[in-house]
Amino acid sequence: MEQAIEKSRMERFLDSDLWHSFKRNPVAIISLIVTVIVIASAIFAPLIAPHDPFNLVTIDIMDASVPPAWEAMGDPRFVLGTDDQGRDIFSTILYGARISLIVGFSSVIFAMVVGISLGLISGYVGGRTDAFIMRIADIQLSFPSILIALLIDGVARGVVPKEMHTDLSIYVLIFAIGISGWVQYARTVRGSTLVEKNKEYVQAARVIGIRPFTILRRHVLPNVMGPVMVIATIHLALAIITEATLSFLGVGVPPTTPSLGTLIRIGNEYLFSGDWWITIFPGLALVILVLAVNLLGDWLRDALNPKLR
Amino acid sequence: MDLLNIKHLRIEFPSRHGTVVAVDDVTLTVQPGEVLGVVGESGAGKSTIGNAVIGLLEPPGEMTEGHVLLKTEQIDTLSPEAKRKIRGRRIGMIFQDPLTSLDPLQTVEQQLVETIDLHLKLGEKKSQERAVDLLHQVGIPEPEHRIKNYPHQFSGGMRQRVVIALALCAEPEVIIADEPTTALDVSIQAQILELMRRLCKDKQVGMLIITHDMGVIADITDRVAVMYRGKVVEEGTTEKILGDPDHPYTQSLISAVPRPDIRLKRFPMVNYIEEEGERTKDLDLSTHWLGKVRDFDAVEGPLLSLKNLVMTFVTKPAFLKRNRIMFNAVDDVSFDIEQGEVFGLVGESGSGKSTVARMISSLYAPAAGEVNFAGTDLTKIKSQNNLDYFRRQMQMIFQDPFSSLNGRMRVMDIIAEPIRFHKLASSNREVETIVKDLLDHVGLGAQASRRFPHEFSGGQRQRISIARALATRPRFLICDEPTSALDVSIQAQILNLLKDLQEELGLTMLFISHDLPVIRQMCDRVGVMKMGKLVEVSATEDLFERPQAAYTKELLDLMPRLDKLSHEGLELEDA
Amino acid sequence: MISFIFKRLLQSVVVMLTVALIAFAMFRFVGDPVNNMVGQDTTDTERAALAESLGLNDPFIVQFGRFAFNAMRGDFGISYKYRRPVSELILERLSATLELSFVSAVLALGLGVPLGVYTALKSRGIISKGIMVLSLMGVSLPTFLIGILLILLFGVVLRWLPTFGRGDVVDIYGWWTTGFLTVSGLKSLILPSITLAIFQLTLIMRLVRAEMLEVLRTDFVKFARARGLPDRAVHFKHALKNTLVPVITITGLQLGALIAFAIITESVFQWPGMGLLFIQAVADVDIPIMAAYLVLIAFFFVVINMVVDILYYAVDPRLRADAAV
Repeated sequence: MEQAIEKSRMERFLDSDLWHSFKRNPVAIISLIVTVIVIASAIFAPLIAPHDPFNLVTIDIMDASVPPAWEAMGDPRFVLGTDDQGRDIFSTILYGARISLIVGFSSVIFAMVVGISLGLISGYVGGRTDAFIMRIADIQLSFPSILIALLIDGVARGVVPKEMHTDLSIYVLIFAIGISGWVQYARTVRGSTLVEKNKEYVQAARVIGIRPFTILRRHVLPNVMGPVMVIATIHLALAIITEATLSFLGVGVPPTTPSLGTLIRIGNEYLFSGDWWITIFPGLALVILVLAVNLLGDWLRDALNPKLR
Repeated sequence: MDLLNIKHLRIEFPSRHGTVVAVDDVTLTVQPGEVLGVVGESGAGKSTIGNAVIGLLEPPGEMTEGHVLLKTEQIDTLSPEAKRKIRGRRIGMIFQDPLTSLDPLQTVEQQLVETIDLHLKLGEKKSQERAVDLLHQVGIPEPEHRIKNYPHQFSGGMRQRVVIALALCAEPEVIIADEPTTALDVSIQAQILELMRRLCKDKQVGMLIITHDMGVIADITDRVAVMYRGKVVEEGTTEKILGDPDHPYTQSLISAVPRPDIRLKRFPMVNYIEEEGERTKDLDLSTHWLGKVRDFDAVEGPLLSLKNLVMTFVTKPAFLKRNRIMFNAVDDVSFDIEQGEVFGLVGESGSGKSTVARMISSLYAPAAGEVNFAGTDLTKIKSQNNLDYFRRQMQMIFQDPFSSLNGRMRVMDIIAEPIRFHKLASSNREVETIVKDLLDHVGLGAQASRRFPHEFSGGQRQRISIARALATRPRFLICDEPTSALDVSIQAQILNLLKDLQEELGLTMLFISHDLPVIRQMCDRVGVMKMGKLVEVSATEDLFERPQAAYTKELLDLMPRLDKLSHEGLELEDA
Repeated sequence: MISFIFKRLLQSVVVMLTVALIAFAMFRFVGDPVNNMVGQDTTDTERAALAESLGLNDPFIVQFGRFAFNAMRGDFGISYKYRRPVSELILERLSATLELSFVSAVLALGLGVPLGVYTALKSRGIISKGIMVLSLMGVSLPTFLIGILLILLFGVVLRWLPTFGRGDVVDIYGWWTTGFLTVSGLKSLILPSITLAIFQLTLIMRLVRAEMLEVLRTDFVKFARARGLPDRAVHFKHALKNTLVPVITITGLQLGALIAFAIITESVFQWPGMGLLFIQAVADVDIPIMAAYLVLIAFFFVVINMVVDILYYAVDPRLRADAAV
């Protein structure tokens, strides 16, 4: 054997098909940049936002309904205009995006943990456990996620005492959206687990004597994560949309911490009276965010698909 | 006049790693009624030639030089539409896997009639009649009825016959067959080959048969072209190439083919393709870790004794037990393996031999019967921890080099896993030393430890698997078709390695294969399985020279006739 | 075949029962039914009497049985807010939702499948790439935003189409009101149905495309080409059929989802359907309506699933398993 050069992790990544495909794909690069910018702005919202839209002291009702800065009646203090209460649209978008992202990411992680665990167990153990879990999954799949999220939200409203509503509603929302999304992960992971389970390296591990839990963790899990990541990006986009929809319908985040959906809802009422910016800019922000995430997901799926190479 | 003439063909595949030359200056001819075999190992470029001739080269491949002539007409420069007209009508093609070659949603009749009508324009009624006649010619019983069936209602061999009928239905002048029998059982292979040869001669069709299997070549070809890395290294009549090859690659290839009629000490001259790593250290087993105190209890009598093993699988699950349909994959199997012996288990697919292996290694729990290993019945052990003691003594090597290693782990960790699990070393440093020694011992070299499986070839990966299996210092090794997925010369290297290791370490082995010549090569005693039952058990020589059971005789008859193959350089094992 | 249908029926019943159980649990245990039905000055004795008459003191199984039995007859009790039978409320609005969903389904299928096939066959063309970009937009735009934008464009700016309500409707059969028979009814259907259809359309299109690309890579397609079959036959006779078979199941589910997704569209367009009713019920915690909606949706899904499964069985010969000889 010739001298083998051991490549570091970084070198291996840079040499991989994944990175190569990424470098070549301008769309993927742009979407990654956009996503990073949006996420960063959302995280650092308190630092970037020119105004604090929730500080009742600084809001002046006299500043209400000011159009964007480039329009005739605009004010350079409020780049994208203000809403009916005098809050700066740009700032509300930043904070709103923050909420949207927090709920979105948390729901995805929740769904991932539940889905991957159940999928692994279902696929590896098989038998009655598998049948049971999959039956529940099938039933749940019959219902669109939005319906499930609505139901959980509605039930929570009835069960939780009124005082605790606002505090808990974000958690309820995350739970609702997360629960409505675990099935996809479970099914995919189960499918991959079934395939990997029969592969000979898993059998070799069993012959050595390695216990099932360790086999799942060390051997199966790393090999099923590929498709999971693809689903996760799609799911993130979906979660953000679901949260926005719920907030738009009035059953999402509480009005004290408005997300992009809430902002659109508020602005909708003024659409016909001509104050279009109150809805359009949050709407635009939402679309850009979701689009970027979707594009990344698309590229990831193509890049990870061995058959397309 | 040549029927098919391929001249100085060159096919390139541009990729981001540089241009790969798949076919380099290849010239071949086929005459009417003649069968030309193109033989080579994987990567030789033989399938690419087939695809190029019929005009179905997969992008980004392109033909950069050369011509393909059918009789006198040059076909590689025709328009796509003209090429399409030739496909099926003048050149037919048969692919490897009959299970995926047919449209599952259409009946056989529909598919046949579609093709016949397209090329011969006979109209529906006449096309149907012709279709039935074709099925009859390829040997399908009751063709008038079976023609209305869907593909999934035919078995593998029957489906391949349908495929052949489809390829022939428009009366082509040339047939290209790409590994037509590789996916079929040995018993079916012979029939299909015979059918193809007969049809060729009767219709004076020229056939180009692409294969890696020397048995197929010996069986039906008139002439042979040997390919290596995109080039034709040697060409001539079958007798000459097989019996008296000139080129060193061909010689090496022929010498690596396991013979049904003789048993060799080792396979010689197999280093042409892949250099085997030099085993740098000569291990002194009395002091080295590998030979050191394998602290297992001494055993009297057979190391492994199977009694009345039964394994049932459910083919049709149902809620109520009485509605379930089960079948016995293993039906009352009993045999012993003595210490230090190499026992072979041979049978066709579905015979249950792999299932037996999995029951022995406790991957499956037997429905009934005993697995007595070193005096203890393993089926009675309930606790996993107690089973570990026996697991250490018994390890397994699998068939598919590409799925038997976890692609995400480094080789070091793969081989170290059993050592760490069974706590066989006292420190990380010791583990590393042991792993590197093992890698050296199997001919890979210690440097391999830092790399990942995908950086190795199939044969090299099998060596890694062997190293992993040896890591617990087992005294019993189960080899489940360890070389079936490997090219012939690599197979020879691995078989050499296994033989050497077995002698050196005094291993007891269970060697499973469907390939009788390989069994003859490796084993002391052999058991023959058919549909779950053990049909015969004898010493190897007895089995091959004086078979008792009817089924054994059948299997032996189906072995390829390799008498034509040269015996040059072969060293027979002393009896 | 019979046993297949029977098994599926059995499964459907199990699903319905499970859903009914959940609905009942909601009904019974979320909030206090008695509290929600009476005013503040009802005495305790009267409340107790009401609880007794509602059967709230009976064992769980009995209450559930009663609930399930009533549900089968369409009786879901009285709405807390409107103080009218839930079944009446739903019936009033059922036709609105069903008509909307139907038109959207036709749009989504009628455009989604052909577009999917086209983009698969001509995957390198510029039109295909354009369509794929548009489809990405379709998946990235939340339905409500699409609705708002369409209202803005066609209702406010261009003033071509009405922006809320169903327009004039005609009564048939007593409770079914249709918007198909009037001009304003038809006009009102346009924007909402497009809004509802877009998301499903893009999903179906991408699904068909992905599946078709897979099928085009299979061995039997290669063999068909090797026999000289023209592209048209290969694509439409062999590839398309094999594509549609697995697509049937998912498409069926998607179309069923339309009925539920109508919630959003109905909210944006103030379309007087079940969805709007449901959303208001969630905000008001009007449990009887929520429970009823849940059971009804489950019923629709179960029926659609059954139909899809039977279709699948009829179309794919491999499912009528005979032994391979």
